Amino acid sequence: MVIYMGKNMSRKAQSIFTLSNLIKLVAIIAIYLVIMAVMEGDFATRHFKSLLVPIGINIILAVSLNITTGFLGELSLGHAGFMAIGAYSGALFTIFAENHTGLPAPLAFLLGIIIGGIMAAIFGVVIGIPVLRLKGDYLAIVTLAFGEIVRAIINFLGVTGGAKGLNGIPRYTNYKWTYAMVIITIILLSNFVKSRHGRVISSIRDNAIASESIGIKVSNYKIMAFVIAAFFAGVAGVLFGSNLSILKPGNFDYNKSIEILVIVVLGGMGSIKGSVIAAIVLTLLPEFLRGASNYRMLLYALALIIIMLFNSSEIRQRLEDSGKLPRLPKLKARVK
Amino acid sequence: MTLVQILSRKKYKIRLNLFAFFGSKGEDSGKSELAYEDIEEKGWLGEYRIYDLIFTKGVSMESIIEQFINGLRSGSIYALIALGYTMVYGIAKMINFAHGDIIMVGAYVLYVSITDFKMPVIAAVIFTIAICALLGIFIEKVAYKPLRKAPPLAVLITAIGVSYLLQSVAQLIFTANSITFKSIINLEAVHIGGITIPGITIVTLVVTSVCMIALTLFINKTKMGSAMRAVSEDKAAAQLMGINVNRTISVTFAIGSALAAVAGIMFICQFQSIKPTLGALPGIKAFVAAVLGGIGSVPGAMLGGVLLGVIESLSKAYLSTELSDAIVFGVLVIVLLVKPSGLLGKNRIEKV
Repeated sequence: MVIYMGKNMSRKAQSIFTLSNLIKLVAIIAIYLVIMAVMEGDFATRHFKSLLVPIGINIILAVSLNITTGFLGELSLGHAGFMAIGAYSGALFTIFAENHTGLPAPLAFLLGIIIGGIMAAIFGVVIGIPVLRLKGDYLAIVTLAFGEIVRAIINFLGVTGGAKGLNGIPRYTNYKWTYAMVIITIILLSNFVKSRHGRVISSIRDNAIASESIGIKVSNYKIMAFVIAAFFAGVAGVLFGSNLSILKPGNFDYNKSIEILVIVVLGGMGSIKGSVIAAIVLTLLPEFLRGASNYRMLLYALALIIIMLFNSSEIRQRLEDSGKLPRLPKLKARVK
Repeated sequence: MTLVQILSRKKYKIRLNLFAFFGSKGEDSGKSELAYEDIEEKGWLGEYRIYDLIFTKGVSMESIIEQFINGLRSGSIYALIALGYTMVYGIAKMINFAHGDIIMVGAYVLYVSITDFKMPVIAAVIFTIAICALLGIFIEKVAYKPLRKAPPLAVLITAIGVSYLLQSVAQLIFTANSITFKSIINLEAVHIGGITIPGITIVTLVVTSVCMIALTLFINKTKMGSAMRAVSEDKAAAQLMGINVNRTISVTFAIGSALAAVAGIMFICQFQSIKPTLGALPGIKAFVAAVLGGIGSVPGAMLGGVLLGVIESLSKAYLSTELSDAIVFGVLVIVLLVKPSGLLGKNRIEKV
């Protein structure tokens, strides 16, 4: 609470052209140049190049899920549902725009991304309402149910192509779009969690009753967290659909939600940096294990279990205390 | 005319013009892109006309009863699995995501012991249950026990890891292709009036009822049962009273996994096909059933499971196969909105 009141009051109106922001800008441009060199040059295999877009999509998904799970502290198992809504509405719009309007492709795609995000955000409000009544595991199962309902309805409707899938989505997604969206997501969300509203959301996670007693409208902020997370999941969905050019309801089952949750938890709850790193590592990991062919899933599962066991073990504590291991982010967020 | 009278007329068909609004049956266009004009012709619901689904199936009282019994069958299987979820949740306060895969392991063990080891049926069933119980204890000791003080999410992710592990091991041994399995239950179907009840349904209902009664007696009448109730109420206090908490947790996992094995046997006798991902969907549905009844409550899991099975079966038969999952999950959401801790969730005394 002290941080929440104090920082806001003592912070002066600063120019955004501070040294650290300039360094970040240079870093963003430098990373872009590296990615461009990799993509346009010949050092990387085609297979590796095709992984950059999924990495970016996973980063957006993980960072946005971190808002609900890491910062708000509510376990959400339906993130793929928001992604599906964004993907299908964005895809339908871009198909429509390509065939029936003369919109230039970049504009059509940008509109598609925004529409996908907004549609997902609207459903974020819908799922936000049960959030007000439910807690913990009950809420988790409702989000899971939401994801499955979305998938079943997409499967049923005619306009989405049903189980056969939605074909012929214009392929607009490339590494430039993905990179731009990743950067926008990270900047917006990392500023959001540091903002007044973001700190309110973290305070609800730490103690909902205390937050309510000092006049915070807990329900509004809970819905806000869900809506924001849903919006970016929708954006990621549009990129996903336009990358594959075909969408199937099976892409968005609860395994997808769990995959994103695994990224968030391994990266560290409430750590955006951690989510980004974990998204990169966990998207590449199965590809590096490709050499092991059949044993790929086995190794992935073992890695998951061993990392979680190691994280909570005394060995890690001892290594960190003796300075042999850098202090890694801990699972500090409490999910009730 | 009452509704029952309407429904009891054989093959009563209604066609409402109102439902024609939703469009006509669409052909499989196979076009690479979606034309918007098509939607106007076919309607937004594409291939399905709602009135076809609801009103031309011919709803008779007999078919309703048959579907209800089908629902009871799948519901009682869900209830068995849900019991494992709810007991583990009550004692260890964790969602055991790997529980669904125990069903799959049970199915494969039964298959191997009958086709490869040539065991007699009874021996194979007992062997399967024993292996699953041991597997449950083993998983708890290796993966969950070290995390007992860790945050719940760490345990959840570990459980997901165990689930992936079991699936990938099964995939390595038996490949991802499904294996056909001949049912071990060969009981003639029973005809009562116009109603046909398949033999497998009768066996399933009997077996699951026996399991549930035995479990209820075990929890309420035995020393171990009261130890389990005590640990679920307050672990520290139970330990102070001289209860071996570790052993109690092991027994809980063993019972939960044994019930999952029974469910797995019933499941493959019904569907006669085994594949590594077979446990995932019943697992999730059983989890939903456990939450529906109030997670942590044993009678809640039974009620939730049976209710879920009946709703699923009726909506599959009379509404839509594709939407049945959405209806099941929708019911869950609505129930939780009205009763946020599930149907029997507040009944703390019977919590295990």
